Amino acid sequence: MSPTEPSGAAHGAQGEPPDGPATLNLRLRVWRQDGPEAPGRFETYEAAGISPDASFLEMLDVLNERLTLDGQEPIVFESDCREGICGTCGLMIDGRAHGPQKGTATCQLHMRQFSDGDLITVEPWRAGAFEVIRDLAVDRTALDEIIAAGGYISVNVGAAPDANLVAVPKEAAECAFDAAACIGCGACVAACPNSAAQLFTAAKVQHLNLLPQGQPERWARTEAMVETMEQFFGSCTNHGECEEACPKEISIDFIAWTNRDYVRAKLKNRKLAGQS
Amino acid sequence: MALTGLALLGFVLVHMLGNLHLYEGPWETHEYAETLRDLGTEVIPRTWVLWALRAGLIAAFALHIHSAYSLTRMSRSADRRYAGGRDYIAADYASRTMRWTGPIVGLFVVYHLADLTWGHFNPDYVRGDPYHNVVASLSSLPVAIWYLVANVALATHIYHGAWSMFQSLGINSPRWNPLRRRLAQGFAAVILIGNLSFPILVQVGVIDDGGRSVVRERLEADHAVGDALAPPGGAP
Repeated sequence: MSPTEPSGAAHGAQGEPPDGPATLNLRLRVWRQDGPEAPGRFETYEAAGISPDASFLEMLDVLNERLTLDGQEPIVFESDCREGICGTCGLMIDGRAHGPQKGTATCQLHMRQFSDGDLITVEPWRAGAFEVIRDLAVDRTALDEIIAAGGYISVNVGAAPDANLVAVPKEAAECAFDAAACIGCGACVAACPNSAAQLFTAAKVQHLNLLPQGQPERWARTEAMVETMEQFFGSCTNHGECEEACPKEISIDFIAWTNRDYVRAKLKNRKLAGQS
Repeated sequence: MALTGLALLGFVLVHMLGNLHLYEGPWETHEYAETLRDLGTEVIPRTWVLWALRAGLIAAFALHIHSAYSLTRMSRSADRRYAGGRDYIAADYASRTMRWTGPIVGLFVVYHLADLTWGHFNPDYVRGDPYHNVVASLSSLPVAIWYLVANVALATHIYHGAWSMFQSLGINSPRWNPLRRRLAQGFAAVILIGNLSFPILVQVGVIDDGGRSVVRERLEADHAVGDALAPPGGAP
């Protein structure tokens, strides 16, 4: 538990009546689906005695243990680091990607955000490109395809170069880092009414395009990544839902800059092709 | 989407400003319409500039619809619904209704042309007297309401579209970004107020010509004078 999270006692002192429930009794409406082709359905489960200090995934762990003891199939969901930096987890909770707390991945969402007696609806990410593997786990290979198309830089191998050999303006470094905060969870796609992957793609394009190391492949990268994205995902109509859903609060400014880079890339790449 | 939208925004603004001639009276409105036809007559034949502008406008309109159609198709094939419903946090009413307000405005434009340019739906169409035609059409309450509805749809469409245009064109600089939203709001408000004033003022009787075509009467009077002055056998 991180030091910023109040303990159970502190939580009680934060305004809950002292004789209020120390634990939460919840009902969960969870999407169950046996496989990609199988029809899915909602199943409702009782989750009694949940600690408000449990994370959403820990709450699901508790539920799964009980299901297993009852001889039922546990709910399949993905997770890895459980500290909000790997991008593996991701659930649609009560109609919001990663749940009700802004700038928070599902693993960092704590049950104190819910109230005793709540009915919580849990669904997998929905997008044409995100096929449901089972229950709440989806296949996000399409995001990897976008990275493979140009989310890299070329460097000379050999002895490690001196640190800070390439000077980077502080503002550019910070801006690139804001984009590089993307953990690739796919919440932007899940939250987009068009199932567009513009915020993911823009973050991955811009964190390289903003830095000197990213310049040699800048135009090839922009064109290839945007066009690979368009093979799998919908079109951006600037709703801004992605920015609200993003657990790293990445700005849609990066989408605008990628749009500009894309137009420039189309012109420059044509010119380069003419020279070869 | 953004480039054609920009062209259409330009048209909508000039159209609204030009229509303000309705406040000056029937003859001034007629002269404004003639000025549009006379654009560029110093250099090229009459109405050519107007037709070039119309061709550009039709092209922008067609391409705008084409991009909207293909983007919608792309999204429809990529999108999957949430069985348990979903929340909207950032997407506002305007952004979510673009695919409704767009077709409403499109249908309205067809009606509007048939009403005031071709005269099919107009109860008393007089060619060359736009003031009279506007009054004849908008003095009917259902037509006035239809104009109100369509212009509210147009303003809603512009409210999201004008802001969205900056994002799509990559015009984004943290220092000026708050201005983009205000610009879109201001533009939509100016268009809405200007365009709504016409049906409302016709309905309350401020814009009214008493069912007479002032332009036709004046032209006929001028012709009568002209005929009287002309030598028998016609002018050379």
